Amino acid sequence: MEHTSPLIGLIPLFPLLTAALIGLMTLFFAHKGQGAPKGLVSTLAVAGPLASFLVSCVLFFQLRALPEAERALTQTVFPWIHVGPLQIDVSFLLDPLSAMMILMVTGIGTLIHLYSVGYMSHDRGFSRYFAYLNLFMFSMLVLVLGSSLPLMFVGWEGVGLCSYLLIGFWFSDIAKANAGNKAFIANRVGDFGFLLGMFFIFFFLLNNGGTASLDFAAMKGQAALFTPFAATVAALLLFVGAMGKSAQVPLHVWLADAMAGPTPVSALIHAATMVTAGVYMVARMGFMFAISPSAGLVVASIGALTAIFAATIAIAQSDIKKVLAYSTVSQLGYMFIGVGLGAYFENIVAGAGAAIFAVGMFHVFTHAFFKALLFLGSGSVIHACHEEQDIWKMGGLKAKMPITWATMGIGTLAIAGIPPLAGFFSKEAILTNAFIAGHYQTWLYGIYAIALVTSGLTAFYMFRMFFLTFHGKPRDQHIHDHAHESPLIMTFPLMALALGTVVVGFLNVPKVLSFGFLPTDLFATWLEPSLKVAEHGEAHMFHPTATTDFILMAVAIGISLVGIGFAYARYAKPTPATEPTKALWWEILWDKYYVDEMIQAIVIEPILKLSGFLRKGVDEDGLDYVVNNTPKAYAGLSNAVRVIQTGLVRSYAYLMVLGMFAILLYYYLHLAK
Amino acid sequence: MEPTPFQLGLQSVLFGILALVAVAGALVTITRRHPLPAALSLVVSFIGLAGLYALLSAPLLAILQILVYAGAIMALVIFVIMLLNVQESDLPVNENVGKSVALALAAITPVLLIFLAILGKLPNDQTLANTPVPADFGTIEVLGKFLYTNYLFAFESVAVLLTVALVGVVILAKRRI
Amino acid sequence: MLTMSHFLFVSAVLFTIGVAGVLSRKNLFIVFLSIEIILNAVNLSFVTFARFLGQLDGQIFTFLVIAVAAAEAAIGLAIVILLFKNKESLNVDDFKLMKE
Repeated sequence: MEHTSPLIGLIPLFPLLTAALIGLMTLFFAHKGQGAPKGLVSTLAVAGPLASFLVSCVLFFQLRALPEAERALTQTVFPWIHVGPLQIDVSFLLDPLSAMMILMVTGIGTLIHLYSVGYMSHDRGFSRYFAYLNLFMFSMLVLVLGSSLPLMFVGWEGVGLCSYLLIGFWFSDIAKANAGNKAFIANRVGDFGFLLGMFFIFFFLLNNGGTASLDFAAMKGQAALFTPFAATVAALLLFVGAMGKSAQVPLHVWLADAMAGPTPVSALIHAATMVTAGVYMVARMGFMFAISPSAGLVVASIGALTAIFAATIAIAQSDIKKVLAYSTVSQLGYMFIGVGLGAYFENIVAGAGAAIFAVGMFHVFTHAFFKALLFLGSGSVIHACHEEQDIWKMGGLKAKMPITWATMGIGTLAIAGIPPLAGFFSKEAILTNAFIAGHYQTWLYGIYAIALVTSGLTAFYMFRMFFLTFHGKPRDQHIHDHAHESPLIMTFPLMALALGTVVVGFLNVPKVLSFGFLPTDLFATWLEPSLKVAEHGEAHMFHPTATTDFILMAVAIGISLVGIGFAYARYAKPTPATEPTKALWWEILWDKYYVDEMIQAIVIEPILKLSGFLRKGVDEDGLDYVVNNTPKAYAGLSNAVRVIQTGLVRSYAYLMVLGMFAILLYYYLHLAK
Repeated sequence: MEPTPFQLGLQSVLFGILALVAVAGALVTITRRHPLPAALSLVVSFIGLAGLYALLSAPLLAILQILVYAGAIMALVIFVIMLLNVQESDLPVNENVGKSVALALAAITPVLLIFLAILGKLPNDQTLANTPVPADFGTIEVLGKFLYTNYLFAFESVAVLLTVALVGVVILAKRRI
Repeated sequence: MLTMSHFLFVSAVLFTIGVAGVLSRKNLFIVFLSIEIILNAVNLSFVTFARFLGQLDGQIFTFLVIAVAAAEAAIGLAIVILLFKNKESLNVDDFKLMKE
């Protein structure tokens, strides 16, 4: 039975309204040469996401009250495009998956808005910032709530736009403006794949006897029409879009540069929400990925590659935000390993995929908490150090900023996968499933190995950053003297997120760790109605024994501890003044494997040359030449013909004779006899 | 009434002489430097043509040719030449008559050849002899009747045309006021 | 023995002579006389056709051509007089205001 609710539309509406109001106020006051009143702007700005969060909670409980098989609320706002076979409405779908996402987005979003009031309090663009940030919330909520691919794409593009606006927020610095460009363009490349995927699905359904619709429910219902090959094509094209949005190799290049924006932006957009849109989309379209035998493995492989690639770069970075940026890329890789394996498992054992999709989404959820925490904490540090971001100029801040130190410590432990924090549970689940996958195809043990090594590297570089920032002797005395703890409006969200990081992990306790009293797999159970592709059949996934489970966990925790130990030995105890490692490979890592330079040489330079050629060779020499010289040619022709006009009667008479001759010739040639 | 061989022979001879006169007259006309001998030579050519018309059973036209064309028109031309008192000094200076006429004839030869080619294609089996016409063919009564019935409109138009020409000449020749 | 072709041949030759005169001569009067030659060549053609086809129409045409030639001669000569009075020259090439 279909359930509708008129409340769903309010969720994206509130931030849209506040964004519009703040935007208009900004323009109005800008005309007068001043900024909008900060009190009013901050109240509106926080109220928007907060209202959405409250409505989300209400709807969450409404959803819980429904029986599991019917757990979906829809609302059709208005019909949008009705052209022939293409029928798209603006309608929202609230099912367990999107409910989880909107709670995460609005909840963490509200905290970050609150934090931003403190962080941006001295900035001239205060109200413009909040207009953009609320607009972003609107787009992200449309993306998550959209019931069809086109509507999701509207949100997709919207978040890309807001990302551009916010990364290039301080656009008077040309480097920051370029960073915004880079993000948007890299996203656009991915979006091209997304569009092609949509077109493919539409026309495939149109030509193979189905109802050509891009609505999620409609597509899922017609999944049987898709051949494995068609499903692979559709899935991989859509995944290209996900690669762009979620910064997978090789479209990862924009995320590090995106750190040019204000730190709360990095926390919200590039940690908790926008970059997870790709994972969300793969989970939504899980049924498509599951039909294809290889798409899931491609996703998981790219995820694994990205994870270790980014982790190696992170260990050499010296900018606190860049370390976090690359760690985000790396963790996103983990999420894709999760959902990719989910598709693969569903392909080989019907009904087994839903739980593994949930594992990937669980990492999205936990990561949102601790990554937002880490970014906001780094923002607090940067603020205290007067906009200094180089960790080699920090040190010994523990005494000066205890709250920040404690909360960031919790975040760093979480990302390193230390129990009982959230990161441990989600990462552990992914590692275990990678190990299980190896049972089915031996090379998949490679993904497990990569994930494990990356885990160790993650612990290492995160603690490197932590120790260099907070421990040891200060490297720049001036900065150390002026450092101070941030105001409550900034530390409150830190504490709230830290609390979340501690608690949230227990939402998905695996059976082996329940110790008889903890509720298990709450998260996966909640998400199952959305992520389920097929009913459980006869077969079941291979599951290692409890002993193996414990061994795997011990190995994972062990490798994290090893990483932490290394970091401690190198960066905490000795308190180095500069980076101790000087080898060539360190340089390569610091230069991010020269990917940007390669793209510049392989992609950008040829395009620029082509543009130059088109401008000069085709446009100037070719078209302009023709346009300018056609009149000249005509003039020349005229001049040549003008000779006939002699003004002499005799020459005209001669021409008449010639004409007469021509006519006679014609008649001669056509005489019948 | 069948023409006798003598009559046929006479026809051919007459034709030859008259044709020669006409063509020779025309040639002389275009090769004179001074217009007066050219005009006089043209009169001779017209007389030859009149004879040809007579040979072609067009007696009225033959007379009209002499009266109107040779008589009135050429008289007018000669009158104007003498009126303007065309002297040697008035003639175009650099006119090398022989060369230019020869050149023109050479240039026109293709036209002539086309004419002749077309002529060659025309049926050639009818002679004067075996296409008899009524005895009163081309006489003034028959021609007049034909003119005033079938071609009345044309006749009246030509009358108007002559009136217009008359008025036009008067206007052209009048002194400026 | 005399066929249509004989007469038409004479007509063609006369026409050619007339055209040659128009093209080659620079004296205004001679050009005018050449035009008269052309008209007469055509007249001869008409009369020939009238005779050999047994229809009087050809002769009517000739009649009308003579009338028109008369009118044309009158006006043409009037113009020649005016031109001579204006430019003191009988050279056709001197009257080229029509150029450009």
